[in-house]
Amino acid sequence: MTARPRIEELEEEIVENFSLFDSWDEKYEYIIDLGKKLPALEEEHKKDENKVRGCQSTVWLVAAYKDGLVEFKADSDAVIVKGLISMLIQVLSGHTPDEIIQAKLGFIDRIGMTTHLAQTRSNGLAAMVKQMKNFALAFKLQNEAAKH
Amino acid sequence: METLTRSELLFDVDSIREEFPILKRKVKGKPLVYLDNAATTQKPLAVIEGLTRYYSEYNANIHRGIHSLAEEATAAFEASRDAVKEFIGAAHREEIIFTRGATEAINLVAYTWARKFVGAGDEILVSGMEHHSNIVPWQIIAEEKGAKVVPIPVLEDGTLDMEAFQRVLTEKTKLVAIVHASNSLGTINPVKFIATQAHAIGAKVLVDGSQSAVHLPIDVQDIDCDFFVFSGHKVYGPTGSGALYGKKALLEAMPVFHGGGEMIKEVSFEKTTYNELPYKFEAGTPNIADTVALKFALDFVKEIGKKKIHQYEQGLLAYATDALEQIKGLRIIGKAPEKTSVISFVVEGVHPQDLGILLDNKGIAVRTGHHCTQPLMDRFGIPGTTRASFALYTTYAEIDALVAGLERSIKTLL
Ligand SMILES: Cc1ncc(COP(=O)(O)O)c(C=O)c1O
Repeated sequence: MTARPRIEELEEEIVENFSLFDSWDEKYEYIIDLGKKLPALEEEHKKDENKVRGCQSTVWLVAAYKDGLVEFKADSDAVIVKGLISMLIQVLSGHTPDEIIQAKLGFIDRIGMTTHLAQTRSNGLAAMVKQMKNFALAFKLQNEAAKH
Repeated sequence: METLTRSELLFDVDSIREEFPILKRKVKGKPLVYLDNAATTQKPLAVIEGLTRYYSEYNANIHRGIHSLAEEATAAFEASRDAVKEFIGAAHREEIIFTRGATEAINLVAYTWARKFVGAGDEILVSGMEHHSNIVPWQIIAEEKGAKVVPIPVLEDGTLDMEAFQRVLTEKTKLVAIVHASNSLGTINPVKFIATQAHAIGAKVLVDGSQSAVHLPIDVQDIDCDFFVFSGHKVYGPTGSGALYGKKALLEAMPVFHGGGEMIKEVSFEKTTYNELPYKFEAGTPNIADTVALKFALDFVKEIGKKKIHQYEQGLLAYATDALEQIKGLRIIGKAPEKTSVISFVVEGVHPQDLGILLDNKGIAVRTGHHCTQPLMDRFGIPGTTRASFALYTTYAEIDALVAGLERSIKTLL
């Protein structure tokens, strides 16, 4: 079995990718491309209880827990947000609840997202991260309850 | 030699732009193209410097001091009341109540007039294109009183369904609260006709002039509305300024709103009596500086001339409408024959938020979302639109930049 990459390593990959771009036009094109490539969520998951509160766009997020690792799937009606989600999934999916809970996600700042995207709050990026960590926490608590 | 006043000169957008320092700004490394004027307008030097002058030269509390500064500040504050009176064509200066904007003015009417004069089973008509500010205060009072808020439907082209209006206007109607010009669609509503109809059955009329005050000549006596509200920040004035106009007899019959200093005549623990109009509704120290500077904004508009502004903006609107309609997949929401210079649109397969982000990256500021008119968005079955709204300093070149920016953004997104 090959070792799982650490969250920080995955973040580093994204930061390196972004460092190749000269302009935000290119960065957005890259994010949009990621958004377009992220597989659409099955319709059955696109229901209210899976919605993450954003402002202008809708984001659906589901999580599964298998062999001690959390897998995320998500979708949005807006493609840039979807691209951002895609990066979060790339970084956080396939990790243990503890790893996810402790993830600092410095890459968001490092790629300039927080300063550039004025709408970081309203586009629900912060809400997304919180929801992903909440899922991880729920799985962790479930685990601990099962042990007793 | 005779000198020409500014309104006699041709409309010179370049020299107008010189008076708005913010328009020289760069955003994301590109020249700012500010097309979010329906949200708030930028401020001319007259306002910016006027504010500084107020604080540097004659700041004092008003209506109470005997000293010179207090007198100067009071005079400036009251001069602003005269300017508003003239700007909207009111009959009496005491019909102008300063508020912090349209929202506060509507709430004032809801919490005083409606609370006293609306009862169980009564109805308040609003239009289906109201801003949340002209819906929610009525819902609050309606719930308290057992009254009902009834919407007047909007037609596909973004005009009001006037047939339906005749149907929903009944003897139960106590108030028709209607937006003069829609912030989302630009639709100009026939408020004068609505007022005539409403008055015929004894209902009162409140006109939300948030979007009309900046674009259209306003004459509240001609409209014959009972109340008219607007925000200073949407007429090139400071945030936190604005006014409620009410017919004198109505304002006099209304209970007070906030209690405090300024609004009283005499206070004792046995009985407090209230001040006369307009002070009765202006409790506490008001927003003196911004209200004083509101006059400078209104003077600025007056000097250029509302008619000339309207003409220029209608030219921009027609030009932009034509250009945007050439864009494949773009659909304009709101095609009323009479519109202010506001264009809302959706693009097939493109989320407004994505457009907003990409346009911002090109220095172009538009608004995306539901524009605080969720019932209207539901009416059109859309979550929101992208909205470009123009002001007197908007240029044809900026509209070209918007169109080019949109074309590029749509290509990237699809
Ligand atoms: C039509 C309309 N009514 C009311 C308001 C509320 O104005 P304010 O937030 O300045 O009180 C707005 C502002 O967006 C508006 O466009």
